[in-house]
Amino acid sequence: MREFVQRLIDDKIGLIGFIGILVVIIIAIFAPLIAPYAPDKMFTEHVLEGPSGEFLFGTDQFGRDIFSRIVYGAQVSLKVGLIAVGIGATAGLIFGLIAGYFQGKVDQVIMRVMDVFFAFPDILLALTIVAVLGPSLTNTMIAIGVVFTPVFTRLVRSAVMSVKENEYLTSAVAIGVHPVKIIAKHITPNIMAPFIVQITLALSGAILTEAALSFLGLGVQPPDPSWGVMLNASRTYMEFAPWTIIFPVTAIVFTIFCFNLLGDSLRDILDPKLKR
Amino acid sequence: MYAYILRRLFMLIPVLFGVSIVIFFTLRIIPGDVAATILGTDATPQALAQLREDFGLDQPLYQQYFSWMGGVLTGDFGESMRTGQEVLPDIMSRFAITFELTILSAFISWIIAIPLGIIAGIKRNSKTDFGVRIISLLGVSVPNFALATVLILVLSLSFSYSPPVGYVGFFEDPITNLQILLLPAIVLGTSMAGAVMRMTRSSILEILRQDFIRTIRAKGAKERVVIFNHALRNAMIPILTIIGMQIGVLLGGTVIIEQIFSLPGLGQLVLTGINQRDVIVVQGAVLFIAFVFVIINLIVDILYSYLDPRITYK
Repeated sequence: MREFVQRLIDDKIGLIGFIGILVVIIIAIFAPLIAPYAPDKMFTEHVLEGPSGEFLFGTDQFGRDIFSRIVYGAQVSLKVGLIAVGIGATAGLIFGLIAGYFQGKVDQVIMRVMDVFFAFPDILLALTIVAVLGPSLTNTMIAIGVVFTPVFTRLVRSAVMSVKENEYLTSAVAIGVHPVKIIAKHITPNIMAPFIVQITLALSGAILTEAALSFLGLGVQPPDPSWGVMLNASRTYMEFAPWTIIFPVTAIVFTIFCFNLLGDSLRDILDPKLKR
Repeated sequence: MYAYILRRLFMLIPVLFGVSIVIFFTLRIIPGDVAATILGTDATPQALAQLREDFGLDQPLYQQYFSWMGGVLTGDFGESMRTGQEVLPDIMSRFAITFELTILSAFISWIIAIPLGIIAGIKRNSKTDFGVRIISLLGVSVPNFALATVLILVLSLSFSYSPPVGYVGFFEDPITNLQILLLPAIVLGTSMAGAVMRMTRSSILEILRQDFIRTIRAKGAKERVVIFNHALRNAMIPILTIIGMQIGVLLGGTVIIEQIFSLPGLGQLVLTGINQRDVIVVQGAVLFIAFVFVIINLIVDILYSYLDPRITYK
């Protein structure tokens, strides 16, 4: 563990990503303290005003403070990211462990079902699910969770299959250790490295997908402050009020960028082949 | 080889069958009465009943599914509940636009990504490598819809650009067609370039570490020969995987880009269909996209064997 932290600190790129994510998390947690106004408070006399001392990032078409909305938007993005990836990762872990450990018919059934879900481009599947369930924050999280399940299942399954070949596991099976105990105590801890890397990368994917769905009007619904919603709404005014678009875009790109930096670095650190 | 292709084609049947079941029954969960949504609140009960009968909505679900599938297998995807027009011809004409956009974007991304990825891989840990890594990560992190919006903003502020209205086919007027598609393709292409760049870099790194490269170098081969004749050829396999996967992502990505640039492609058809609750159009278009997606993946798998003779197919 100490070696892992040291390597993360040594790898500047990963550290920058980690600090960036920390900043976003702090902003999300302390949003009520950081944001000067409520995200939906309208200043009708200050519609589409440029950045100023009073409104740091300017105001939108309803006279709402863009800075406050971006700060509260961090809550939405992180919430969607964590819950959606939580759904996908948990489901993927369960299906992957079962498929990889028991193999045979169970494996066949699980993997064929996953193949079906793999046959859809991600955004299209998320779009269809949200369209069916109705656009909302909760349904966006469910849709993204479902979309990510096959990726996690496939990853966990192949990790389990390679770990299973180890002699200590063959011995555990031979002395009659219960499968649940083998999976929980011996297999799961050993597949965590690729799993964690995938979680970090999936977080950025989930935040991106939420923004995309909200941008299309199928995700988080106005007046909730999602960065995707803000971006979509500002398209009409962007030519004479560019600040309405620049700040939401920066927030989206910064957050996703930091998750990718960390994910990339974790992959290098946790990949034994690249240890040099 | 042919046996392998045939076997893989056979394996697609259950997958596509599963896809059709998922699409059909998922779309039937939509709350509310589809007929009422289509005809509006002031529709008479007779009109509603007529619409349900016309589109078979009054039949049991499994029966609706089998009659839809029966049609699909004979090339009849049904008729739009809004316009009454046949769905398949509409899908095909729109697919031509989406396909052209996808290919153009993929091409743009390769021109950017593969050379940069190779350079970064060869000069590992140099300033160039660091720069390429940051650029590629940024490329992966900038959502295509954000890039598109910012690009339109910048172009409209500096060149009074506005996205073209309407669409002209390539065979009608190639120049206007390319003018229309170039900007969306640049957006999609650059957003895909990041991933390809990263994959190219890491596969070059992986290959350059292997024993056979050391042997070739020890035999005194020029670095150019090592890179182009040996390393690159072997690195192409993982690069091809990501390209194949990315073409699928592009197909999905076109949904948003077509919306932003008002291109009448397949993605826009799905989105309009969803907004108008036209389930017949949505299920047909989504099934078609999934079909194209699995076929692309199959083609990528088959291409492997040409690049890597070690992969044998049984």
